[in-house]
Amino acid sequence: MGSNGKIQDIAWRTGGPQGSGIDTAALIFSRSCGLAGLELFGRREYYSNIMGRHSYYDVRASDAVQTSHRDVVDMLTTFEAETLLRHYTAVCPGGAIVYPNTEADVPLSIATFLDERFTADIAAELESQGLPPTTAGAIESARARGVLCYEINFDEIINDLAETLGVPYKIAARARNTLAVAVSTAILEFRRDIVKQALEKQWPGRQKIIDMNVEAVEQAYNYTREKLDLSGFIFRLDASESTDKRIMVNGNQAVALGKLAGGLTMQSYYPISPATDESTYLEAHAEFPTRDGGEGYVLVVQTEDEISAITMAAGAALTGARSSTATSGPGFALMTEGIGWAGINEVPLVVTLWQRGGPSTGMPTRNDQGDLLFACNAGHGDFPKIVISSGDVIEAFYDAAQAFNYADRYQTVVVHILDKALSSQSRTIPPYDLDQVKIERGEIAEPRGLTDGKPNGEGAFHRFAFTESGISPRTLLGQPGNAHWMTGGEHTPQGRVTEDPIIREKMMEKRARKMELAAAEIPVDEKFKVFGDREADLTILTWGSNKGAVLEVLDKLEAQDASARLVQVRLMVPFPMELVAVLESAKPLVIVESNFSGQFAQLLRQQTGITPDHQIVKYNGRPISGEELLRAINEIREGGADSRIVLRNPYQ
Amino acid sequence: MTTATETPKLKAKDFQVPHPNDWCPGCGDFGIINAIQQTFARMGLDPSSVVMVGGIGCSGKAPYYVGSYGVHTLHGRPLPFATGIKLANPELTVIAAGGDGDGLGIGAGHFVNAGRRNVDMTYVLFNNAVYGLTKGQAAPTLPMGLQTKSLAEPNIQMEINPLMLAFASGFTWIGRGYSYNIKELVGLMQRAIEHPGLAYLDVLQPCPTYNNIHTKEWFAGKDLEEVRPRVRPLPEDYDGIIEQGASEEDVFAKMNDFIAMAHEWGDYIPTGVYLENRSVSKFEDRISNRMPSYADASPAGRPIADADGITRTELARIFEELAIN
Repeated sequence: MGSNGKIQDIAWRTGGPQGSGIDTAALIFSRSCGLAGLELFGRREYYSNIMGRHSYYDVRASDAVQTSHRDVVDMLTTFEAETLLRHYTAVCPGGAIVYPNTEADVPLSIATFLDERFTADIAAELESQGLPPTTAGAIESARARGVLCYEINFDEIINDLAETLGVPYKIAARARNTLAVAVSTAILEFRRDIVKQALEKQWPGRQKIIDMNVEAVEQAYNYTREKLDLSGFIFRLDASESTDKRIMVNGNQAVALGKLAGGLTMQSYYPISPATDESTYLEAHAEFPTRDGGEGYVLVVQTEDEISAITMAAGAALTGARSSTATSGPGFALMTEGIGWAGINEVPLVVTLWQRGGPSTGMPTRNDQGDLLFACNAGHGDFPKIVISSGDVIEAFYDAAQAFNYADRYQTVVVHILDKALSSQSRTIPPYDLDQVKIERGEIAEPRGLTDGKPNGEGAFHRFAFTESGISPRTLLGQPGNAHWMTGGEHTPQGRVTEDPIIREKMMEKRARKMELAAAEIPVDEKFKVFGDREADLTILTWGSNKGAVLEVLDKLEAQDASARLVQVRLMVPFPMELVAVLESAKPLVIVESNFSGQFAQLLRQQTGITPDHQIVKYNGRPISGEELLRAINEIREGGADSRIVLRNPYQ
Repeated sequence: MTTATETPKLKAKDFQVPHPNDWCPGCGDFGIINAIQQTFARMGLDPSSVVMVGGIGCSGKAPYYVGSYGVHTLHGRPLPFATGIKLANPELTVIAAGGDGDGLGIGAGHFVNAGRRNVDMTYVLFNNAVYGLTKGQAAPTLPMGLQTKSLAEPNIQMEINPLMLAFASGFTWIGRGYSYNIKELVGLMQRAIEHPGLAYLDVLQPCPTYNNIHTKEWFAGKDLEEVRPRVRPLPEDYDGIIEQGASEEDVFAKMNDFIAMAHEWGDYIPTGVYLENRSVSKFEDRISNRMPSYADASPAGRPIADADGITRTELARIFEELAIN
C-alpha cells in the first residue's frame, strides 16, 4: 500500500537512442522497485536497428500484480529531444517529465529519426495550441495540461560528481543514466538507500563502478531537493512490505527456462528478431546443475539458415534427444518443409514461433499475431500438428516444458506460438516450481537386439506400425536391432516409400487418429482458461499476450460493478471443441486479437460456426494496453459499437 | 571417426536389403551402393549403429538399399539432418548421400556451412552432372556449353568444381572415386569414414539414361586417340595429408598441390585422396572443450527425468541471477 492507503501503481517511462544505455537505466529503476518489494511489469519497444534509433522502456511498479502496460504514464525521464517529442503527450496531468536543460529548446527537425508523419502531426498539434515546433513548445503544451516539467542541468551534477570523486568529467558522465533514474526516484520521494542497493545488484563485485554510481545517486537526490519545486507533483513511490522472493523474467527467458526444465538437450537456431534472445539466453546458460547433483547441459547450434535449424533439430530428435528450434515469421516460412517432414515421419519436435509484424520483413521488432493461421496450416499436405499458445511469462515457462511432452506423446511437431509483446515484456513472479515439471517420453520401443544371430534377423523394424491409437512405438536411431527407414515419402510400416492406395489411406488415418487422441486426452484447462465471473454474459475471448490487457479490463469492470469473463484459448490445434458449450451463453462475444483480419475469429468460425458479435483488433505493431481495451469494451457495453473496432494510437 | 573392428563378422550381403531397387539398369548408383555395403562389412560395423541419410533424387534413395538405419530426408538437406543426428548421438556412424543437384544446387548453403563445422561424418556425393529423377536437366556440375540429351539448348550456366568448393568450405577430407571402380571406392570410403572430421567423397558416375556425354565409355576414354581410362589414380608422388601441427609453409604447399590437382579434368580425372587435413579439430571436440559434460553424455543419452518422471534440471542458480529482491 502507498502512504495514502491506496494501492500504488506508478507507470514510469524512459527512452533514448538505441545503444545509449536505456535498458540499463530501466533495469536500475526496476531493480530499485523490486528491492522495495513492488511488483513490476515492464515492456521494451525498439526499432530494428543497432544504434541511434529510438527505443523506450516502460516500468509499471505496483503493490499488486499488473498484467499490462499503460499508455498514459506518470513519469517520463528523457535524455534527448526525440524521446521528449515522442512521449510528452503520454504523460498524465499531475505527472512529470524530466528533461536535460540542453534539450529545453531545440527544433523538431533535430529529431531526424522521427517519421515525417510523426513530425508533421506534432507540429500541427503544437501549432493548433499556438506553440512553436520545438521542444519548448512540447514542454509548454505538457505544462498546459498540468504536467510538471523538470529541467535538469545534468552537466552541473556531473561536474559536481567529478569533483567529489576526483575523476575527469568524461568518467563521471558514465553515470548519466543512473543520475537520470535517481532524479526520477528522488522526485517520487523513493528511498535512496534502496536505489543504492540496486546498483550493487546491477554491477555485482565491481566496486569502483558501484561507488561512483552510489555517489551519483547522492548528488541527484541533493540536486532534486535543492533545485526542484516538487509541490504539485502528486505521485509518490513507497516501498512495499512484501518480502516474497521474486524473479524478474521476460518472455524469451521464460521459454528458454521452460525448455531447460522440460529436458531440452539440443536447440538449433538462426538469428531472427524477436526470437534470437531465447536461443542466446540458452547458450549463455547452457550448463547447469541437475537436482541430483549431476551436470546438465543443452547444446545450442547456430545454423546457416532456418532450413538447417529445423532439419538439424529433426535429426537430433530421431536419436531421442529432446530438441527444438525457435524462430519468427520469415524463418518459420523457411521451416515449413521440414515441419511437414517431421509430420509424416512422426518426429517429436518443438518449434517456438515468436510472431512479429509481417508479411515478409514486415516490422521485425514490433508486435503482431498475424501468424496464427499460418502456424495452424504450416506445411503442405494433411498431417497432424499441435499448436499451443501462452499468455504470459508464467504460462510460457510451463507450456515450453509441456510442449515436449505433447511432442513425445503424439510424435509430431508442436508449434508453440508466442508474440513479440510477450518476448520483451518482463514481470516479477515467484520462481517457477520445478516439481510441477513432468517429463513424459511417450511410447518408445524396446531394442530387439540380435535376432537369429543377425543384427536385423526379423527384418526391418515396423516404426510406423498401424495401431488403434495411431501411436506407433518409436525407435531411436542406434537402438540395437531396430533398424528401419524413414522418409518424407508416404511409407509402409517399415518406412519404405510406397504409393499403394490402401497403405496410403491407412497411414493417413493412423496419423490422423493421433490428433483425435490428443483432442480427447489433453485436459480442458490446457485447452483454454476462463477468468473473471464465469457466469457473466459479456465474454472476452483472446489468446497470447493480449491476456494481460483483458485481465486488467476484468479488474476495472469489477470496480465498476460490471461483470465479464475472459476465455483465453491456449490450444489452437487440435481445436478445443469444448469451447462451443462455453460460448453458448456469451452475450456479447468479443474477440480481441493483435492482427488485422481476426485470425482466431476465422479459426473459431471454421471449426464451430460461431461468429463473434464484436472483434477488437490492433495491428500497428504495438501491444494492446488495458486502458485502450477498456475504452473499447465500454463502448460495446454502452451499445451501438461497430462490430469491428480497431485500436489505434499514433504516439507509440 | 569410426574405426574398423578387428574381426569383421558381417558380409556385404548382411547390408543388402530384400526389396527391389528401382534405379535404371546400368546406373552408376549401383556401383556406389555396392561399395557402401562392402565398406560397412569390411569395417565390421553394426548395422544398428550406422545411419544412412539421403537427400532427394535417385541418389537420395541410397538409404533404402542399405540394411542399416536409413533416413530419406528433403531435397538438399541431408547434411543438416545428418549433423543433427551425429551431434545428438556421436556414437553413431553417419553417412550422408545425395546427388550433385541436391548438394551443390538446392543444398549448397548447407554444403558450405557443414565445412565450417567439421562434424565427424562422411558425405558421399553422387556426381553425374544431371538431375536424373526429374528427367535430365543440367545439374551444377555439368560444364558450360555441354548439351546432354534432355537439354533443348547447350548449358549456359558455369559448372561448380565440387572439390574446390569442399576445400574452400573447410572439409578436412576430400576424395574422388568412380562408381565402376568399386575396389578403389571401398578403400576411399573406409578412409573417409575413418577420418576424424567431415569427409567429402565425390563419386563420378554415369547416368546412362540422361547423361549421354559422361558415359561409361567416356570415363573409359574410348573416344581418346590413345584409348585409356580418364579416371586414373592420383600420381604416386601426390600426398594430400596435412599432419597435425603442420607448419604454415607446409599447409600452403599442400593447398597449392591440391588446387592444381582439383582442376585436372578432361583426359585425366584423378581419383584418390586429394586432402586429409589432420590439423583441424572436429566440431564435437570444440563443443566438449566448451562444455565438458557433452563428452560424458550425448544429447540423446543425457538423462532428463528422475525416477518419478520429474525434471532433473536445477534452476536455482539462474533464479538467483534473475532475483529482483
